[in-house]
Order: sequence, then structure tokens, then C-alpha cells
Amino acid sequence: MTTVDLSRRGFLKASALVGGGLAIGLLSPDGLSAALAQGADKPLPPPDFFVRVGADDIVTVIVNKTEMGQGVYTGIAMLVAEELEADWSKIRVETAPVNEIYRSARNGMQLTSGSSSMASSWDVYRPAGAALRTMLIAAAAAEWNIPAAECRAENNTVLHSPTGRRLSYGHLAAAAEKMPIPTSVTLKEPSAFKLIGQSLPRLDSAEKSTGRAIFGMDMDLPDLRIAVVAHPPVLGATIRSIDDSKAKAVRGVRLVAPTPYGVAIVADSFWQAVKGRDALVIDWNLGPNAALSTDTLLSHYAEMAKAPGNVARKDGDPAAALAKAARRLDVEYDVPYLAHAPMEPLNCTVDLRPDHCEIWVGTQFQSGDHKAAMKATGLKPEQVTIHTLYAGGSFGRRVNAHADFVLTAIEVAKVAKAPVKVVWTREDDMRGWYYRPMAYDRISVGLDGDGRVAAWQQTIVSQSIAAGTEFEPQVHRNGLDMSAVAGAANMPYAIPNIQVDLHTPTHDVPVLWWRSVGSSHTGFVVESVIDELAHAAGRDPVDFRAEMLAKSPRHVAVLKLAAEKAGWGKPLPAGVAQGVAVFVTFGTYVAHVVEVSSDKGKIKVQRVVTAVDCGLPINPRTIQAQMESAAVFTLSAALYGEITIKDGAVQQSNFHDYQVLRMDECPKIEVHIVPSTERPTGVGEPAVPPLFAAVANAVFAATGTRVRSLPLAKAGMV
Amino acid sequence: MITITVNGRAQQVDADPDTPLLWVLRDHLKLTGTKFGCGAAQCGACTVHIDGAAARSCATPVSAVEGAKITTIEGLSGNGDHPLQRAWVALDVPQCGYCQSGQIMQAAALLADKPTPSDQEIREAMAGNICRCGTYPRIHAAIRQAASQAADTTRKGG
Repeated sequence: MTTVDLSRRGFLKASALVGGGLAIGLLSPDGLSAALAQGADKPLPPPDFFVRVGADDIVTVIVNKTEMGQGVYTGIAMLVAEELEADWSKIRVETAPVNEIYRSARNGMQLTSGSSSMASSWDVYRPAGAALRTMLIAAAAAEWNIPAAECRAENNTVLHSPTGRRLSYGHLAAAAEKMPIPTSVTLKEPSAFKLIGQSLPRLDSAEKSTGRAIFGMDMDLPDLRIAVVAHPPVLGATIRSIDDSKAKAVRGVRLVAPTPYGVAIVADSFWQAVKGRDALVIDWNLGPNAALSTDTLLSHYAEMAKAPGNVARKDGDPAAALAKAARRLDVEYDVPYLAHAPMEPLNCTVDLRPDHCEIWVGTQFQSGDHKAAMKATGLKPEQVTIHTLYAGGSFGRRVNAHADFVLTAIEVAKVAKAPVKVVWTREDDMRGWYYRPMAYDRISVGLDGDGRVAAWQQTIVSQSIAAGTEFEPQVHRNGLDMSAVAGAANMPYAIPNIQVDLHTPTHDVPVLWWRSVGSSHTGFVVESVIDELAHAAGRDPVDFRAEMLAKSPRHVAVLKLAAEKAGWGKPLPAGVAQGVAVFVTFGTYVAHVVEVSSDKGKIKVQRVVTAVDCGLPINPRTIQAQMESAAVFTLSAALYGEITIKDGAVQQSNFHDYQVLRMDECPKIEVHIVPSTERPTGVGEPAVPPLFAAVANAVFAATGTRVRSLPLAKAGMV
Repeated sequence: MITITVNGRAQQVDADPDTPLLWVLRDHLKLTGTKFGCGAAQCGACTVHIDGAAARSCATPVSAVEGAKITTIEGLSGNGDHPLQRAWVALDVPQCGYCQSGQIMQAAALLADKPTPSDQEIREAMAGNICRCGTYPRIHAAIRQAASQAADTTRKGG
């Protein structure tokens, strides 16, 4: 568990420097980068918000992002260590508490999302390391009574070359704390990097290979109760009556009580709570969604798509160009609801007292959960503490403006009147709503007489995730959810007449960001349709794309790299074929070539060749890991992923009916990183969207069957 | 009271006989390295050794293991230095890490049974262990590395 006391020196110093709490926001990560970029004469934040050196020579980096597997602890620590001239073996990581200083000035939130961690940390953690280095050097210079300019830092020491004197960071730590915070720092040029660009080992591998890492699920406290909740079986169902006589008779069950989220069963241990829940009889009022089904919803979406929606992009006159097209393609695509299904089911531990609420949780959204907890408890900001623990996977599930898992635990704590850990079983987690939105697309495209794409008309039907939440102002433009059309409305292809429009159905199914958000749908659709056009025009799918991407060299570079490494165009064994796709998500360019084999109508994915351009590569080993991760995650969804609803209830429950890729199905994955000196961008999500299409395009190449509805299992292909 | 032997230590636990071993380990003995993933022997996150064989502790009632020798990730090696654990760290296998205790215990049972498994044997033995972060290529490589190092050590008479 990790805390840093921000009421101490650092916070006071920051307040004194800038004259009060309001200005602290200006010092938050993106504000700082803006200040640096302008060369503004604003003070740097006290570096000890971000990094400390102890008398034991240990360098502790306080990370404001959640580690859920993506390697962010290691990546951010590298940024600090680079500028601090730290000894990598002395680096440790703590998770940041909830504090204004850890918020993004861009959206005012403390959260981990959008593959933005390294991009936003780039101008925060490097200056913090540089500022602390400057203060350590100043401390050494003072001790030696020489000008600081004669000293330099190296490997956790400050040295004075002319005399060969050397002092360790641990020795200097206390004195450095009293040195003035520099008003500006000069950061290294990339050519001087010693750590950035190296495949440094993850800081958390050892504890995660020995069972020592503490996840939310592992939280323990004295006299901690364990609770499960009998969640409504149908979306929006409410409790009519409860017969808890048998449940209360189960040994270890302490309490059975209704909450706004269902009936809480509080026990001494998990198994007792589950047995209590099994013995509980609840009469539910099923409510207005008792007849809800995904079949009906999808038919409704298909009807909506027959008329244009709110226009997100319009170039030229697509209707006129379509009317004149030499060849025209009218197609419909759909993608299902998807569960995140992280290996660690949802859970949250709460210790609620009259004057304090302490929360332990693997959350991606500290500021949102903090605000929700304040509202639910009536406590003041400083009376609510969130401890961020390791998340056992997340993929977007743990960044919820509705704070469902945190608020559920708080409501259970209110009735439990004791510290309590609320645990979701796998079935609870799978049926816990907040899915990747189902979507339906109607697309009309036209080729001119020369086989060039003359017109693109796309109508998308997809729910809004952000609507009605604190994310709405940053995601919506003119009432239109830009995240639902991302990847389509901004498609990079040179097409003279384009319209992309959106219908936003409003019904009760809760939806949420799922690794790559709207692009997980648009990547599949756009890159599949481009492939359809290439084949319709009789063109090679790589050349066809490259020609239309002439103004986007980074797209072309990853496309050609993936094609070259995959041996695109070379003969393949009978029944084996390749498909390609290229896409940009959150500023990172990814192309995949996927190789599939087809045998008696069954598809096997044999090989994935990935090329990625994420700007300056910070840790190639992490980049490779995230490309591998996205490949397996996306293949799970492309082959098997589908949440269906019938009679208002989710039909899937566990990994037997929500199948995911297993090792015996895992293809060979080859990753190639484009060298770059552009600003770093993220790698957690961007490999997801184009893989859906690359698989479908390979299936077409192998079988002649065009997949316009996912997953492949639905068509009996796996 | 039920007596079970975990990591070489006989311990008495006050649990109902139908309690899955997983929850005895986690809630009663506070050995939280063994993870809850599915509760239905679908994912392998809860894998431990019962008398040396890999088993899903979430689907094993504690009453069934009285008298058996149970090994968890905490007892796999003296100092986190089982050849598989060293390979796991060397190749940076874990991402979120939640499934890795189960993966390592499954792999350790495989190597105990077949010190130099083929690629196909590795794939088959590990197919019951899900990783949502997609660390399969590295798990596979780490098992290969641990197996080949063990083979080298044997050849050198070490």
C-alpha cells in the first residue's frame, strides 16, 4: 500500500509559491507542459509530488497512473530516472493519492485512459526528475562550497570532476530538500538518452511472479467482512420482497440487507457470503426492461440507419457522387456488445466511518470515484481517501463515471457498519453491464470509372458512453458523440466526397469504454469496407490503401513495413491467406497483416505481423508486449466475443459461454517498431481496431466470405 | 476443524467442508497469491499443486484434500527462484499479473512431469489457463527457457 503525505512540506511549498489552492491546478501535468513549452516564468511544481530520494539512496517515483498491466509504472519511472541520472536498480514506485496536482489540465481529471499516460507524463515526470537533480547538485555544491556549475550528476551521485569528489543522492537527500525549486529546467535531447529507448525490465515482474503483488481482490484489514451482492437479474429490476430466513441461517453470514444496487450479503468469508446468497429468496419487480433483447435492439438500429443521422463530417457531395459512380457498394455491418472480462473480477474495499471513508480499489478513475464517494457519503474531499491497488486487467472497465463498483461497496459499507470488501463473482462481473456498445453501420460507397473511391456515405448507430456524465463536455461536439465516430469521421483516405453521420439510440443498456473505445468498431468497419473496395476495383489491398494515404506518410510507413515483414504478395500454402489493415488511434499508427488458414469452413489465425509507430519509443519491450496483448485481446473478441441480452438479462455468465483466446489458439505474433523522434504516444489500445479488420480481410482472402458481422463464431467459422 | 498441509505446514482451519480450497487459502490462511478468476475451473487462475499435480483450487472442496500435500505459489520455491519464476522475470512475462500465479503453478506441474516438453505439449498443458493480457507468447517462451536451462544443468551434472 502506498501513500504520500501531501499535507506536508511539498503541498505547503506549492501553495506558498503560487499563492493558493486555485493555482495548484495550473501546475498540474498538462499545465506544466504548457508552461514549459511557452518558456513561461512559472515555478515548477515541487518535484517531491513526483519523485523523492531517501537517505537510503532509494529513489521513489510517485506515479499518478494506474498499473493494470500496460507497464506504466516502469515507463514513468524511466522518464524520471533519465533526467534524474538515477541508478535504475534504486528505483521504486508508489501510487499517487487523489490530489489536484495529479490531474490533467486537459480534462481536470485524475485517471488512466485513452492510451495517454506516456504522452501526458512526458512533460511532467522528466521535468520533475531534472528539478530534483538540480536540487541535489545544489546541495552538493553547497557542501563543497563550490559553484554548482562545476558539478554533475551520474548514477545516483553528484560528482565534482576536477577533484574526483563524489556524494551519493542518499547523503544529499535531506539537504537537497531545502534547496530552492528551480524555476526552469533544461531537458535532454533524445541523443543524450541513456534509459529512454532501452528495453528496461518491468519493475513489477518479480512480485507478479511470486504471488506477492497485492491486487484489489487481495486487500485485507482487521475484522474485514466479505460481501457479495444479489444483483438485479434483469436490467433495472427492483426488489419487491426478500425472504432471508435461510440466508441468515448460513454460518458466517452477518447481515442480509437491501441496497440501491441489490441485496447485500455480508459474511466473515467469501464462501459463506456466496452460500448466503444462494439461500436467499428475492421476489424481483422486473420493471420496464423485462422484454429487452439485443435481437430487437439490432433490428431497431437497422431501421434507424435507413435515414441519415447527425452529421459528423461532410466533404463534397456524396449523394451526387454516388449517383454518378461507375460501381456502387451498399453494405451493412454490425458489432456486438462486449464485456471487458478482466482476469480480476470487480471488487472494492471500503472502511466507512462517521468522519472518514477509506477506499482500496484497482480503479482507473481516481478523481471520479473520489467525487462519487463524497456525494454518496456526504463527506468532505479531505475525508475521502482512495488507495489505488494493482488492477488485474481492466481494459476500460474500471473508469466509470457512474462509479458502479465503488458506490456499490460504499452502499454495502453503510449497512454493514464494518470494513467490508465487496466481491463480484465472475458471473456478477460478466453480467455487470457497462459493455462496449453494440453498433450498426450502413455504408454506401462508389468507385469511379478508374477504380478510385469517389464517394463514401456512412451512417453509424451506436449509444453514447459519455452522454450525461462529466465526460460529455470533452467528448461531445455540437451534441454529437465524437468518440462514437472516431476513426470514421476522421478517416485519412483521400476520398473527395465523404459523409459520416451518427444516430445515438437512448435506451437503458449501460455502456462503457472498451480498449480503443469507438475505434474498436470503426476500425473494423472502415478497414473492412476499404478492403471490399480494393477487391471491387481489382486492386492490391496494400497498394490501394497506400495510394489514398499519400498525404499521411506515417500511415504508409507502417502499412508498408507490416506488408514487407509479412511477405505480402508472396505465394502461400493452399488454404492460407493474408489480410491487411492500417489505422491510427490516439495518435499511434498501427498496421497488421494477419495470416489465416481455412479448413472445411473453420478458420485458424496463424500469424499476426504488426508494425507500430508510437513516436519516440520509450521502452521497446513494453511496446512489443502491448502489441502482443492487443492481438490476443482482439482475436478473443473477433472470434468469440459477444454479449447478448434476452428478456432483459445477459445470457453469458463465465468463460465457457464468453470464450476468450487460449494458448493453444494463440498465433505467432511479430512486432516491428518504426524508429521515430516524434513525441511519444500510447501503445495500450491502438493495435486493437485494425486487427478486427485484418482478420476479416484475411478470412475473405482465404474463403471468399466477407464477414460483416462479428464475431466469427456466429457464422460457425471457429 | 479441518487439517490441511499447505507448503509443508499442517494447519487447522475452521471452514465448512464444502468450502473450496481456494477460499480456505485466501480467506482463512491469507495466502492471496492464489487467485480467484472464475470459480468454475474455467480459467486456471486458482491453480495449486495437490500431491504434485496441478489442480483448480476453486473447484476442490477443502474436505477432499485433508491429508494431501498442497503447494501454492508462495511455497513453490524458497526465494521466488524456481527456474520458471526466474524465466518469468527474465522475459517480463507478467502484464497485469493476476493470472500468473496460476500459469506458473500449471507450468511447474508440466515440467515436473515432462522436463523438456514439446511446443505442442506446452500449448496443450497451458490451454486451461486464461490470460486476458495476452502474455501467451511470453509464457510459452519462459517455459521453453526454464526447460532448456534445467536440461543444460542436468547435462553439466549440476
